This record gives sequence, structure tokens and C-alpha cells, in this order.
Amino acid sequence: MIKTVCSRGKIVAKTGNEVMAEAMRQIEPDVVAAYPITPATEIVQIFSQFVADGIIKSEFVAVESEHSAMSTTIAASAAGARAMTATSSQGLSLMWEMLYIASGLRLPVVMAEVNRALSAPINIHGDQSDTMGARDSGWIQIYSENSQEAYDNMIQSIRIAEKAKLPAFVTTDGFIISHCMEVVEVYPDVDVKAFIGEYKPDRYLLDVKNPYTLGSIDLQDYYFEHRYQLAKAMTDAKDIILDVADDFKETFGREYGLYEKYMIDDAEIAIVVIGSVAGTSKVVVKELRKRGIKAGLLKIRVYRPFPSYQIAKDLKRIKAVAILDKADSCSGAFGPIYSDVAASLCSIGMVSSCPKIVNYVYGLGGREINTDHIFSIYEKLKKIVLGVENFSNKIEYINVRIK
Amino acid sequence: MSKKMIEVRWHGRGGQGAKTAALLFAETLLATGKYIQAFPEYGPERMGAPVQSFNRISDEIITIHSGITNPNYVVILDSSLMNSVNVTYGVDNNGKIIVNTSLNSQDIVKKLGVLTNQVCVINASKIALETIGKDIPNTPMLGALVKVIGALNIDDVLENIRVKLMTKFRHKPEVIEGNLTSIKRAFDEVC
Amino acid sequence: MKKKEVKGFNVHDNEKKLSVSELPVGDIVEAGTAVDFYTGSWRLQRPVWNKEKCINCLICWISCPDSCIKILPDKQKTSIVAGIDYDHCKGCGICAKECPSKIKAITMEHEKK
Repeated sequence: MIKTVCSRGKIVAKTGNEVMAEAMRQIEPDVVAAYPITPATEIVQIFSQFVADGIIKSEFVAVESEHSAMSTTIAASAAGARAMTATSSQGLSLMWEMLYIASGLRLPVVMAEVNRALSAPINIHGDQSDTMGARDSGWIQIYSENSQEAYDNMIQSIRIAEKAKLPAFVTTDGFIISHCMEVVEVYPDVDVKAFIGEYKPDRYLLDVKNPYTLGSIDLQDYYFEHRYQLAKAMTDAKDIILDVADDFKETFGREYGLYEKYMIDDAEIAIVVIGSVAGTSKVVVKELRKRGIKAGLLKIRVYRPFPSYQIAKDLKRIKAVAILDKADSCSGAFGPIYSDVAASLCSIGMVSSCPKIVNYVYGLGGREINTDHIFSIYEKLKKIVLGVENFSNKIEYINVRIK
Repeated sequence: MSKKMIEVRWHGRGGQGAKTAALLFAETLLATGKYIQAFPEYGPERMGAPVQSFNRISDEIITIHSGITNPNYVVILDSSLMNSVNVTYGVDNNGKIIVNTSLNSQDIVKKLGVLTNQVCVINASKIALETIGKDIPNTPMLGALVKVIGALNIDDVLENIRVKLMTKFRHKPEVIEGNLTSIKRAFDEVC
Repeated sequence: MKKKEVKGFNVHDNEKKLSVSELPVGDIVEAGTAVDFYTGSWRLQRPVWNKEKCINCLICWISCPDSCIKILPDKQKTSIVAGIDYDHCKGCGICAKECPSKIKAITMEHEKK
């Protein structure tokens, strides 16, 4: 039998979408307003079934668009409710202006987000263009490698968001995780409810005895101060996320950080990844280690706030690092994660010396990324370290027909 | 990529239950203590169109999340798919192919151009009609797959499927018994 | 006239601007601050109310976008008009326009500054 990590946990077979809906059932938010979209449809469908069956008391609002979903969630949160939603891709895009309003008003809305490519061309498969595009929206972004992480991240994100007074979303890779049934340990409802606690906002609009105005115009004299507050909250959220992770480990036994170090401490070559490809890459790292190659992997879990200083410190000794982006910024320069990691290394004084860093873009529109591709990246890093190959100063694309 | 990991590819037609079979197979094996994965061929599904689904089974935790390109086992729910889909794609000489057909294995070997010991046949549609009363070959094929893989205990599998079906068909005991009989028969009859 | 430090337009010469740490978290403005915002200084025309002509229909009170028609309780009519709040009236003229044409109890006059 597969052993549970938590003594009261239960091993089940569930897809990413099923566990996210399960987490939402256990969280039982006051309000969920959502509009279904592939590949996140099941989250909304399963959750609304829980409500319809009377299993939970949440208010489910079947809105007519994602813009309304986010608007309703924001309104519910401002009124004092614990509010959640779920979406993907074009749905997240349609929420765009409201994303900034949730963070600007400092409302702890929590969203399940399933990563999917953006149109055009229309595509329903997984890449991270959607959430990477929202990286400056003031939302905490937590990425999940597998269904277990998706479930654990959903539970933690409630407390993180409410403590940081910032909206947060948890992502899974579309189809690869959202539709893949795998082994997940779920915890008893009472334990999850005890962990997240009751939501007690400091101030809320339905508190008629203490009225205030929320979302008024803010011109040259005050806008900047409020944006500074937001930026600072994002920086401060790093400690909150770690505190919640500590408590989570104590309660449920699973360990989380801002990022995961996999055989990185003595590594000579390493890759930086985010999402489900981390699991595939771990297989490769293990194999390379067996062959005596000092390969490592750094998996970013929390992309916003970005653990800049910490990641730079862990990468600075490594000789060559490949940074994998499942989104292309179309910037004429580099992908989003590369830009953040490179800037982080610069900020601690690592400019041109060591490590040599290469940017790879992979998996757009759900394009396959397998162990062979990851092997070839490590192969390239090895050659860079040996000096037999120069490192590229522009994006390298994996598994795409260019010529 | 661990040697111990088993990878399975299911071929069926939209509506035949290829995805359901992969999910049920995974859930059943989880109950016997294995780590599992089950996923459909990603994308829009249409009734009658060729579809695929996949399983990974291992004694160790499965972290890999890429597609399955070199399956150890291929299960074909509808023999007509052999005419339109490259069902042997990525299957090496050690791979096994299990076909729902009324033909004998030599005919299938010839048709697919594979080695003699690679093909196993079972008339799962006939078994399904006789036991469940409908041509739903996915559950009997599950029994055949368990037999061909060999390392799995059929009694554990049957017991776990019974538990699983009990929750879904509590008020239809005949459905549960029919399905279990079909699995057992396919397990015994596959060759 | 009470003068409170409030967030908003620079209406007081001596208004102290709150810093990041002094501001409430999020785009929050405390309730009731509009009272301290003397929009009356914007006025080019002022409404003049003729108590004798007024029939206390309260259409002006309903129509005023800045709640500048003062009212008082009254035994017979529940409420009656008591005057105009010139601290906040911007002189938009809606009250004069909406006052029934046969009554014309409010007229707009040039502001004498």
C-alpha cells in the first residue's frame, strides 16, 4: 500500500481538476463566481455540483463571462466574503482589467488557474502564456508540478492571500495535470477547515457600522503611495508564504518553499523550470546522477512574488544553467522566467562571469516535451562547461520545426 | 523511465470507454498499492472517432509527465482501428498488443506485421454481450490486460473493481456482477 | 467649520498628505470626507431660494447631485426645505431647472465674488 504522509490522510486517484475542486469543496468559500472554460471546465462543473447537491453552503454564481466572474468575486470579497473562482487562458485574458482591480483594492480573491495557450491560433492545450502575461498584475502566482501540489497549494493559498491581503492563483498545466489521474493524498475536511480558519477581514463593505469608500479615484497625489503599498505587500508575501508552508508541514507533513531545490547543492549544471515539466526533468537528473554527471534542477513554485535573491544565491556557483520558459514574451529578447532569473543574478553582482545562462522556450500550445529533450539541454550545458560550445545569447527553441 | 514502470496505450473509438477503462484500471491498481497515472489523448473527443488513452504503473512514485510514445502494452478495443490507425507505433519487439477480435492471433500478427508472441487476442465484445448485455468491451479488456501483464493479482483487481462499481451501481447489482464476470472470463480466455 | 485631514483633492492649503504607512491598506477612503471638501468654491452661479414661493414639493432635494438642499422636519408635510448648503453647492442649476415651472422658487444668479 502507498503510505500517507499525513496520519489522517487518504490516498485517492484524482485528476488535477478533481483535486482543485475537492480543495474548493473543503475550503467551502462563501462565494464562487465562475464561467467554465477548457481545460478548467471540470473545476467549475464539479464545484457547482457540490453546491447543487447541498454538500456545501457556498453561493455559486453562474455568470455570463469571465469578466463578470472576476467582478463578482471582487465584489463578494470587498463585501467581506471568502470568494474564489477558476479559469484558464482566454478566460484569464477576459478578466484582465479586473485582475488589477482585485490586487489594487487588496482583496484576497483566490483562483484556480489551468494553464493554456492563448489565441491566435486557437489552441486548447497547455502552455503558460496566460499566467505569465499576468505576471505584473499584482497577483500571487503559485505553480504546481502535479495534482498533489495543486491540492496543497489551493489550501495554502487561502491563508496566504488573506494574510498578505493580495489575490492569489494556483496553476496546473492544462491537460498534462488537469486531466491526468494520479495518486493524491487528501486530508480530512475538518483538518483543512481548521488549517485555513475562519475569514475575518479587518474591514469590509457590509460592515454598516463602520462605512468607508473603496476604489475611489486616486490621482498624482496618492496613486503612487497605493502602488508602493501593493509592491511592498508582494515583497512581504514571501515570508507569509514560508510561514504558511511551515504550518502546513507541521499539520499535513508535506514540505513547501518558494522554490524546490532538486540535487542542486553540488550541481555543476542545472535547469530552472516551472510546472509539470519539473517531474519529467527529475527523471533525467536522477539518470544523469547515476552516470556521475552533477546535474541539478531548481523548480520555481512561487513565481510572484519572485524569490529573486534566494534563487540567485543558489544558482551563482553553478557553471551553466538553462532556464526553461513555457511561454514566449515575443519581446525580441528573452522569455519571462529567464528575464527574472538573469536580473536576479545581475542584482547580486553576477553579470558576465558564472554561471553561463541559456534560455529555452518549449511546449507552446501543448507541444510535447519529454526526457530526450531535457537530456539534450543538459548535454548542451555540459558542452558549455567544457568550453567546446559557446552559449547562446538568444532564445533557443525546443522541438519546433524552424528550417 | 524506470525499468519497473509499465506504460499502456489504449486505442478505442469515442464513446467506447477507452478513457474510462484507463481511469478504472488506474484506480484499481492504486488500490493494490501501485503508483499510477491515467490520461486521455488530450483534446476534443468525438463519438466514433479514433481516440487513445494511457496508463503508467509503477512501484515507485511517478514524476514523469510527458506523453507515452513507447508503450509496453497496447490495448485495442475495436479491431477496425487496425485499418486506420498506426496501432503499433512506438511498440518495440518486447511490446504486447491485445486486440478485441474474433480472429485468431496469427491473423492479427500478419495484419500488424509484428512478432508471433507479441499479439494476444480476446473476443471481448462477445464476452461483454454475454455478461453485461451490451457491446462495451472495455471492462473485459481490462481482465485480458491484467493477465497479459502477469505481475498483477486478478483477485485483488476484481475485489477493487467490485468496491469501485458498488459506489456507482449500488442499485443495479446485475451490472456489477456482469462486469466482474466479463473481466474474469477475459482473464481466463485471452490467448 | 471643522477641518479634518483627508485624502483627496488639494482643497486645503495646509492639507497634510498621508504617507504609505499612514494610509489605510488598499484604496480606502474613510466615510464622510465629502463634507470637508468645499466644492462651493467652484460655483459661478448660485441658486437663490424664495421661501415664499416654495411649495415644499422637495423635487429640488431629490434632484440635487450634491445633497445641498437642506431640509427640516415638519409636522404637516413631514419635511420642508430649509435652505441651500453653499459650502458644497457647485451651482449646477439642476434645482432651478427642476423646480416646477409654475412655482419658480429657485433662480440662478451670478456669483458675486
